[in-house]
Amino acid sequence: MRDVAVVGIGMNKWGEIWAKSFRDLFVEAALMAIDDAGVDRLDSMTIGCMTGGLFVGQEHLASMMADYLGYKNLPAARVESACASGGLAFRTAYIEVASGMSDIVLAGGVEKMTDVSGDGATYALATAADQEYEVFHGATFPGLYALMAVAHMEKYGTTRDMLSSVAVKNHHNGSMNPNAQYPFKISVEDVNNSVMVASPLRILDCSPITDGAAAVILTTVDIAKKLGKPIIKIIGSGHATDTIALHSRKDLTTLDGTTVAAKRAFEMAGKTIKDIDFAEVHDCFTIAEIIVSESLGVFEPGQGGVAAQKGETGLEGSFPINTSGGLKSKGHPVGATGIGQAVEVIKQLRGDAENGRQLKNNPKTALMQNMGGSGGSTLVHILEVA
Amino acid sequence: MVGIVGYGAHIPRHRIQVEEIAKVWGADAPSYKKGLMLTQKSVPPPDVDTITLSVEASKNALKRAGNVDPADIGALYIGSESHPYAVKPSGTVVADALGMCPSLHVADFEFACKAGSEAMFVCLGLVKSGYIKYGLAIGGDTSQGAPGDALEYSTAAGAAAFIMGSENLIAEATYTYSFTTDTPDFWRREYQHYPQHGGRFTGEPAYFRTTMGAANGILEMSGMKPADFQWAVFHQPNGKFPLRVAKMLGFTKEQIEPGWLSPRLGNTYSGASPIGLTATLDVAKPGDKILMVSYGSGAGSDAFVWEVTDRIEETRDKAVRTAKLLDENLTFVDYGTYAKFRQKILKND
Amino acid sequence: MFPSRIWREKAQRYRLEAGKCTKCGYIAFPPRLICPECGVREFETITLPDTGKIVTYTVIRVAPSQFTDEAPYAVGIAELANGVKIMAQIADCKVEDIKVGMEVVIEFRRVQTDGHHGVLSYGYKFVPKWY
Repeated sequence: MRDVAVVGIGMNKWGEIWAKSFRDLFVEAALMAIDDAGVDRLDSMTIGCMTGGLFVGQEHLASMMADYLGYKNLPAARVESACASGGLAFRTAYIEVASGMSDIVLAGGVEKMTDVSGDGATYALATAADQEYEVFHGATFPGLYALMAVAHMEKYGTTRDMLSSVAVKNHHNGSMNPNAQYPFKISVEDVNNSVMVASPLRILDCSPITDGAAAVILTTVDIAKKLGKPIIKIIGSGHATDTIALHSRKDLTTLDGTTVAAKRAFEMAGKTIKDIDFAEVHDCFTIAEIIVSESLGVFEPGQGGVAAQKGETGLEGSFPINTSGGLKSKGHPVGATGIGQAVEVIKQLRGDAENGRQLKNNPKTALMQNMGGSGGSTLVHILEVA
Repeated sequence: MVGIVGYGAHIPRHRIQVEEIAKVWGADAPSYKKGLMLTQKSVPPPDVDTITLSVEASKNALKRAGNVDPADIGALYIGSESHPYAVKPSGTVVADALGMCPSLHVADFEFACKAGSEAMFVCLGLVKSGYIKYGLAIGGDTSQGAPGDALEYSTAAGAAAFIMGSENLIAEATYTYSFTTDTPDFWRREYQHYPQHGGRFTGEPAYFRTTMGAANGILEMSGMKPADFQWAVFHQPNGKFPLRVAKMLGFTKEQIEPGWLSPRLGNTYSGASPIGLTATLDVAKPGDKILMVSYGSGAGSDAFVWEVTDRIEETRDKAVRTAKLLDENLTFVDYGTYAKFRQKILKND
Repeated sequence: MFPSRIWREKAQRYRLEAGKCTKCGYIAFPPRLICPECGVREFETITLPDTGKIVTYTVIRVAPSQFTDEAPYAVGIAELANGVKIMAQIADCKVEDIKVGMEVVIEFRRVQTDGHHGVLSYGYKFVPKWY
């Protein structure tokens, strides 16, 4: 297995982007990544997208995106793992370069969620859950995470304000991110008073519906050196699935898929959580960030909310999480999220994060965790400045 | 010898009071309450319909029947005027839900409020003829009353189920008699949402003439007099009619008391006299004789004489008693919730 | 919803039929082809019990289109008497009164209506145990 580096990043502004089409969103981000990398060719492309079919009636992304990127006959594949599609695209590209099969691979992600009604988006997202044994009964995604929140609050005494503090921190970070969907600050009161979606989760506990795309270029360390780019290596990649239905899990207060995927990534990297300087995690809902932080081992079980409220996960905290603003403030175009995380990680490791959200202590090693559904699939990657 | 091997009822938990309905239409609640002898009625929420009521009532009947294997039930009939589909049987869902499929005969019955007693009559006949070992007869409804109409105060929801057989009877059907004439007192044309009725014409020429016809017919046939019965159950479109017909026939208020549910239940249509029968069985003693006379507009009445056996003592509490379903764990709703539940609000679809 | 999808799940939705692994006793609901605990591919058909306790629940206020008329409604996971956990709506109670640990029984209910034209979907819901 060869060493693999990330040499180019691209991301457009995420939000309700009415004027840009599904194909243009992707191509725009891909071109930014190609330009940033300075590569003159691609050997192949992986595209993370949860469901072009249900949102815009478009599958066969391999053909469409290679075509519109202007790359005749480019080998391409769309990969899907619900909201972890982007992370899966990243891993797939990594394996292709590491194995020696290709030298320069673009890993991108895209989702256009606003060409359907709210109901249409809810329906499409629900396909990440157990259609016949969860969705049939009226479970929604906020509902599934609410079930975890209730269990976590019952077991550990996690409070409403602790959940809110996660959203507040993420908006604080996102207010400095030029690509964020909601680049403004909010307060704990704002969250606590926002409309209830699925008790106890309120609208400001929930990541939004977003259009957007992101792309990264993966290549060998040799090519990275030739391109004159800072060498940021992928030192660990971990992948794990878990039960599709929440009721099949042994413990509703943990995300075992995250723990296992992280363990695999740490083993490969020869690292532990203590070696990680910051992380981008999958805060589809505030409770998700709290549970993920515990399942990664950043905090003890039950302490994730306490730590968040104390500021441990803020820019100045002991373990900054989601300097990008997270899914909550940056947006969550489902298939693109995992790649968006990579974009932020690279910016921070290069020292390039804008507007004051750059971590001050010279971060070297980062972790990104991208999750599908209610935790049914998880991708964890560890990147390090060489 | 044929009769009831198991019986059960099911009534939804929600209720609406007469005052709540009267308030909306500017009607005089006290005179409705007095005139119809009604205080409240049961209301089915959107997830309850004739099929779901039938399944739950049947489960209670199976509990009382004891060791009847659902696969041995040879026929299932649901009588209702609010079958969830216009075309597609209710009975098949219930049969599959109870594990009775595939070797049985199923039909959905209708005849206004006597569709349930029809099912009972037919099951008794099939058992008696030897065609089937057990038959499951259900009467249930979630009927609709037109907004602002007198019927809106009484149209309610509920179901009763009876497993008929020839052994281990709880009550034997010793006589049956049906009285039928073409009498258009209450009707609903195809594609109409609510029924129409003939006002005062529904009284003497319809309910009373038919009920009396069936009652007198069975009394003559059996050679029995009202005093020979411990209990009587009549169809109960409101609280008043069954009281009056009982009196006209020579029955006392005490005899009809346990089966007289409409004042606090409303009219459960095909479930009315069947549910009344379950409530009566809940308090009956071995040897008691019960007269049951249903009534269905259009018009007809099915009359039965039931003779309770010793088995009632060990079976009545194998499932929840009807009075408990009637009076406990209730949620009262306002008219807005009622209208929403009963889809009386025009939506943008 | 297309009729075949509704029809295929009948045994589970109407009668709570599950598969019990003949080797390790793992109970699969819905039934599976292969036991996720021990890998054995032989199961016997059992019926799940109709009583249990609420493990977690939520009140859905922003509902998908099939359920808008019922919102707010509660959805919960209950642990049934044999240890199996399943998800269903919690009916017949004020949503404020639901508590983790609450005892429930299973009732047969209409779960989805599918507008004015579609096939009706029946199945199980939890109801607070009151007798």
